[in-house]
Amino acid sequence: MSQTLTENPVVSINAPKPATGERPGLTRKEIVADHPTWCPGCGDFSVLALYFKLIEKRKLWHEKITSISGIGCSSRFPYFVQAHGAHFIHGRALPFASGVSLARPDLHVFAFSGDGDAFSIGGNHFTHTARKNIKMTLVVMDNQVYGLTKKQTSPTSPLGFKSKTDIWGAVDYPINPSKQAIAVGATFVARTTASNPNHVLAMMEAAMDHDGFSFVHCLSECVEFYEGAFDAANPRKGGVFNEIPKSHDVTDELAAYKLASAEFPGNFGVFYNVSKPTKNAKEAEINRSFQSKFTGLKDWQILQKTFDRME
Amino acid sequence: MSDTLTGAPAAGGAKKVSRINEAVIRIAGNSQDGIQAIGGFLARLAGRSEQEVMTFMTIPSTISGGPSIFQVRIGSGEVLTAGDDADVLLAFYQHSYEGHITSLKKNGIVLYDSDHVAPKPEWQNDYHHVGIPISSLTVEAIGGTAKDKGKNIYALGLIAKMFDLNVPKLEKLIGERFTGKDPSILNNALAAFHAGFANSPSNLVETFQFTDSQKKGVHQVVMNGNEAIGYGLIAAGVRFGAGYPITPWTDIMELLRRELPKYGGSFIQCEDEIASVSMAIGASFAGRVAVTGSSGPGISLKTEAIGWAVMAEMPLVVINVQRGGPSTGMPTNIEQSDLNIAINGGHGDAPRVVIAPANVEDCFYMAIEAVNIARKYNTPVFFLTDQGIATRIEAFVEPNLQKICQDITPDFTPVATHKPYDLAAKDGVTPHVKPGTRILDGKYPIATGLEHDEFGHPTGSPKLHMQMNAKRRKKLQALGATLPVPKIYGPPEGNVLLVGWGSTEGPIREAVDRFRAAGDSVSAIHLRHINPLPNGLENIFSGFHHVFVVEMNDEGLYGYGQLGAVLRARYCDAKIQGINKTDGLTWKVKEIVELVKNKARK
Repeated sequence: MSQTLTENPVVSINAPKPATGERPGLTRKEIVADHPTWCPGCGDFSVLALYFKLIEKRKLWHEKITSISGIGCSSRFPYFVQAHGAHFIHGRALPFASGVSLARPDLHVFAFSGDGDAFSIGGNHFTHTARKNIKMTLVVMDNQVYGLTKKQTSPTSPLGFKSKTDIWGAVDYPINPSKQAIAVGATFVARTTASNPNHVLAMMEAAMDHDGFSFVHCLSECVEFYEGAFDAANPRKGGVFNEIPKSHDVTDELAAYKLASAEFPGNFGVFYNVSKPTKNAKEAEINRSFQSKFTGLKDWQILQKTFDRME
Repeated sequence: MSDTLTGAPAAGGAKKVSRINEAVIRIAGNSQDGIQAIGGFLARLAGRSEQEVMTFMTIPSTISGGPSIFQVRIGSGEVLTAGDDADVLLAFYQHSYEGHITSLKKNGIVLYDSDHVAPKPEWQNDYHHVGIPISSLTVEAIGGTAKDKGKNIYALGLIAKMFDLNVPKLEKLIGERFTGKDPSILNNALAAFHAGFANSPSNLVETFQFTDSQKKGVHQVVMNGNEAIGYGLIAAGVRFGAGYPITPWTDIMELLRRELPKYGGSFIQCEDEIASVSMAIGASFAGRVAVTGSSGPGISLKTEAIGWAVMAEMPLVVINVQRGGPSTGMPTNIEQSDLNIAINGGHGDAPRVVIAPANVEDCFYMAIEAVNIARKYNTPVFFLTDQGIATRIEAFVEPNLQKICQDITPDFTPVATHKPYDLAAKDGVTPHVKPGTRILDGKYPIATGLEHDEFGHPTGSPKLHMQMNAKRRKKLQALGATLPVPKIYGPPEGNVLLVGWGSTEGPIREAVDRFRAAGDSVSAIHLRHINPLPNGLENIFSGFHHVFVVEMNDEGLYGYGQLGAVLRARYCDAKIQGINKTDGLTWKVKEIVELVKNKARK
């Protein structure tokens, strides 16, 4: 977790002090909550298992993380994690998570979303949360289909995909989430696939360590409504898993965009990773400069100064 | 006001000095002429002179230009409304003159800019005409190419002379207004003011002097409703908010964006209305009771998320500065047509609190109340104000901030165990345990929009859905039992009871005064808490033959407005009738009087 956030609170809070003495990290048993309601074989199981692993590995405590989601299969995520969380409305996980992030610099905020939630109904928020560089990690489990409502075309469904709303095959050009994220100003953009667990964990960890808006686009197969969608990216199914070459400069926006543009199965790894002041830090800076003019005054005395001018 | 009253003619040729208790001054011009500034100076001066004051303004919804008025009523006694008819009309243009001369009392004074206004012979007998070439005299006074700049301040000088206003106090106000700007701007303003003050129109036969205020020795603050809400929220301890610009809500978000950083808080401008309500709920979930707000269409957009806050039981304050609707409607006009959406907006059974301030002072104190209800009951609270109260300037007794200001910094003391939706909780009120709080039994809550069991896990159980609906309902019923019964204005029994809510309290009371002065048996109550209603209203209603609900909204399919329908549903009382209008303007006292007379006759 980045230090800058805890040092620069946007909103003054009495954040609980870390417990004195060595507090052991959580065991998997302590992190697991409800049994997932996903279909057997769903890619989301893998993402959940790796989130548990991340919490274990990095010794994150229940009360220091918050899992937030919108609506969709993948958005059931928070119920399965033993930590503070919120299952918000469709498409709006990001602004909700932004409220948490800006009000509570002591927490690490994880948002979980699906392709419909993040790129269709919540598309506007994806753009603006990224461009504002609000500190949080967004993991989108992309199955290229609406699963919860049982097989309608999603914004990432490829052309020709036969769904109940496009029985003749999808006609609308799909979104490329990584390209979009880079274009709108996300400061960390990575792509992974649920069928490669070690890679998912590495991407989530790198995302968590990024001080800013970090976006992990994770292919996650819907075995019920779009079986085999990502076989081409799975070596066990005869596909290829192309890792981004080590030589790629993650601060080179154009190179990142180009790598993200590759035809399916495309490239996996961190496309883009740049350091830019977060919205959290900028707001904290505004507060610091204003508050320095009122050092030593209680809140009522500051308000009194304003009222004195309204007499 | 000056302390001495000499019998001799005032300097400059005015013949007669009359002592008055109050005056209504209407300033009519275009929106870019700075007429709001004149009104603002007059209102502020009244506040500093311990007088009561109320203003009323109209603004065009165009970006620049368009006719606009500002009316200010100053009184040494109680001022309930901005006044039906003006004593003095200051008209800058022909359209201002022709459009507003009928708002003058008979024999009232019309002060007009003779550079732009050609007076009509047919009005000469009814109104006292005083023509002054305001535009050219202003240019002469500040000696430049200033075009139209400064003529408002010149006119302020004329008014100051006419009403014998306190010049040093006005100079100080002008100075405060222009501090931090180029000194030449302040010098020009003062030059214009003094030129206006020194001008003594030969046909102005009478000047005025206010009698001493009945409120001597009382410290007042002067502000408009939107400002009072913003400062009320700050006093309440709110340190986070999110919004999107829309008229007439925008002033509040600008104020909070500017002011909150002083207190270590933030107000975030979002990409849209939905993001802003979502972000505010997120901050509330995180432990910082947050505010969002909007007007008109913006409120419609927020309703889904507000339903979530009802379901998940999250505190939230939603400011709704009502304007004319539906759809884009009349952005700069007043209406009270959002009561239905405030009480019921959104799908499902989603009970939430609705309160409405009646004046600017209420805006301040009830903003604090809204925050505290939201915190105590973990519920969204709709704060229904309107375009009229938003821009209306009033003076009120300065609050004791040291006593009033609250610290609501969240508490993260670990808890042993937590059931977020405990059905056994008294009155259905359960606490919200924020992220950051350790729960020692290791069971953490999920705030959810799905129907849920007591721990927040999704459930499709019909029994739990009924129990949880009852829990959410019971909280509000418990709140209702604590609410004060409104005081009756006038005797507790009689022929007609007028029931109002929101910004209409002033004109309703003045209507009651007029009725009673004429011997008619009319009283009034004003509801500040609308959902839930306070208990005991039926006892008040039983004292009257007629109960008329006075609202600025449509009379509806069945003949009563939005509050009228709520009261009829609640009390099943056929004597509850509606008195409604939707002309986009505040009630005139005489309009209420006329409509009540017609209705009571039936």
